[in-house]
Amino acid sequence: MREYLRFLYRCFRMSFVGDWRYKLWMLLLTIVTLLGVNAWCRQFVHGLIATGMTDQVSWGLFIANFTYLVGMAAAAVMLVIPVYVYRNKELHDLVIFGELFAVAAIIMALLFVVVDLGRPDRMQHLFMRFNFPISMLTWDVIVLNVYLLLNLHICGYLIYSRYRKRELGRWFYIPFIFIAIVWAISIHTVTAFLLVGLGGRPFWNAAIIAPRFIASAFSAGPAFIILTLMVIDRFTRFSVPKKAYLTLRNLVLVAMTINVFLLVSEVFTEFYADTAHGASSKYLWIGIHDNTALVPWIWSALGLNLTALLMLYLPITRSRKLLATACVMLIIGIWIEKGLGLIVPAFVPTPVGEIVEYAPTWNEILICTGIWAFGLLIYTIFVRVTIPVLSGQLVADRIFHTTPESPASVAGDMTDRTQEIPS
Amino acid sequence: MKLPVLRQDDCGGGGGGDGVPPAAGRGSRRSFLRSTVSVGAGFAALGAAISPLADLDTDKVFAGEDFFREHYKELSSENKAKLFADIEAQIDRQYGVKAIVGDPQPIPEVEFVYALNLSRCIGCRKCVHACVKENNQSRSPEIQYIRVLEIPIGTFDLERGNQYYDTETPKPGYFYMPIQCHQCANPPCTKVCPIEATWQEADGITVIDYDWCIGCRYCQAACPYWARRFNWTDPGIPSSEINPDMAYLSNRPRSRGVMEKCTFCLQRTRKGRMPACLEACPTGSRKFGNILDPNSEVSQILRDKRVFVLKEEVGTNPRFFYYFDELTHRLGEGGEA
Repeated sequence: MREYLRFLYRCFRMSFVGDWRYKLWMLLLTIVTLLGVNAWCRQFVHGLIATGMTDQVSWGLFIANFTYLVGMAAAAVMLVIPVYVYRNKELHDLVIFGELFAVAAIIMALLFVVVDLGRPDRMQHLFMRFNFPISMLTWDVIVLNVYLLLNLHICGYLIYSRYRKRELGRWFYIPFIFIAIVWAISIHTVTAFLLVGLGGRPFWNAAIIAPRFIASAFSAGPAFIILTLMVIDRFTRFSVPKKAYLTLRNLVLVAMTINVFLLVSEVFTEFYADTAHGASSKYLWIGIHDNTALVPWIWSALGLNLTALLMLYLPITRSRKLLATACVMLIIGIWIEKGLGLIVPAFVPTPVGEIVEYAPTWNEILICTGIWAFGLLIYTIFVRVTIPVLSGQLVADRIFHTTPESPASVAGDMTDRTQEIPS
Repeated sequence: MKLPVLRQDDCGGGGGGDGVPPAAGRGSRRSFLRSTVSVGAGFAALGAAISPLADLDTDKVFAGEDFFREHYKELSSENKAKLFADIEAQIDRQYGVKAIVGDPQPIPEVEFVYALNLSRCIGCRKCVHACVKENNQSRSPEIQYIRVLEIPIGTFDLERGNQYYDTETPKPGYFYMPIQCHQCANPPCTKVCPIEATWQEADGITVIDYDWCIGCRYCQAACPYWARRFNWTDPGIPSSEINPDMAYLSNRPRSRGVMEKCTFCLQRTRKGRMPACLEACPTGSRKFGNILDPNSEVSQILRDKRVFVLKEEVGTNPRFFYYFDELTHRLGEGGEA
């Protein structure tokens, strides 16, 4: 136990160590996080009137980010499946980065739900009167928290075992990996069902939403992991095998193709039949009367997604720069399509036919960027701590004897970041 | 040269705050100063970030709240009495009004149903105003449970209705359709609530415990009739306009961050009175009563009139019916046809 506390303490100290680029990045994230905290405090004092949401459009950016991040959390399994199901060796050492990202993504997702609450001070009511299994939201509370615990266990156990130079106990590790695979599917399905189950919202009340959720998540998640690996590869001594990128690229390619196919199916159904149920889709894609707030967004998303998909199909994305570009395009495109484009149109028009558009306030945007910055901050720390453990530099009390490194290489090891776009 | 760098990686040594670790034996005072300054700056930044919390009016938001309070359905009569007294005291503090917070229970063998005559409604919105007054709804920002749609004759497309008409009514060529909570027998809103802050009572009225709601607005997304309202900020009600005759589950003032909705004026109807919207209606378009009583006016209407419910296809089984006066005579049933 004392050893474990000491491990945590050393990890804590480790997260403050790095070169100027690392520190600048962390400082920047801290500032944006604090701005978000400030904005949330203002929202807590004045109420959700500080957001752009209304009785007409009663969910906005917060829930959009939430659904998106639940998807991103699946990135982990997309690394796990090839390694543990198909015995792919290239990705073996990289799984941990996916799992760590799942932890960060779930924490962000949960934070987005908390900031969306009108009365976060009453969260304890969840423990006192839990409408399970009737309310899908209670299912979501369970699956998200269990997924968080699963990944915390997997990562924590792996890292601490390496730190103590102990063998991994089979029964403490592998079964959880497989449970986490199934569980990752469940977090999407449940989050999609949260929306799909509402008969009064025809835009959501469609069976295709859950499969689309999974397909888009399985493309945006690994795309983010590709970017992370590039950053790790560039700024740390940890080297990522080239084949890993190609494997991940193929995963993104397949998932994205399915996603686009499902999108086409959905758009066809809504527009060819042209029933009254398609009003929300009409609002999203072409606007109703003069209300066209989402139109430029969704067409940009379509453009980004299709271009990225085309790039992935061509051999040009064997080049790192172009692969990174395609991944960034996908991440943004899917954020629009699966966040903004999935949540907001369901409220326009309202069930009684009123059209009110939604535009987030600056305060709301600051809260969102704050949560993202916080997520990236903890992810950076996770990666910062993990790399020296994996490379055997940070081990239980044997630092001085085991790894006589040259100062330069050690310094190189202290600079890792998770920027979206590596230069 | 090697040792200090490795010690930095070890993170056991000092100088964690800066990139260059202090050489062994040299001024730990400077590094101590540095880390003190950075920790201090960190706390100052955090303090500045959370400074808006100082403006929080805790009495308005948290009054009478007990962290470990039971759910309404689990409250003992003793705790209930204490809770209601707390609420009354808070209303007195905030509005200077001596209110009575009651808790009328559903009457056995009663299931309330509403019927609204579309042939008669003239869209005057007197029901809306009466409802706002009776139910202590926020005036600023405005919260109203009843929406009246002005729809051109010849369509039933709600999207072609206008909810913000501002002309003399009734306008030729239009009919008027008030929409409020339909008190569904199969309510999607209570189903989705994660914490059972909203439920259907024995007399069919769906209520909300405003002190239990966490404000996730899932019920608002679930409602196919757009009948639920959220308190986006503290409700603004002039003290002089507070209706002191209150019930815990209906018209007592709400706090910010919680849902509210029409309760068929249970503070009145469970005591044998009619809902405020019905009393205010100048045309007699609104009918209310007990569907389990075959002689009630609503039972009669459901038997004899052409009745329909809104959005039957969503399977909510509303207790709110619309009907028409005129009977179009069918072939072979008399009349000129």
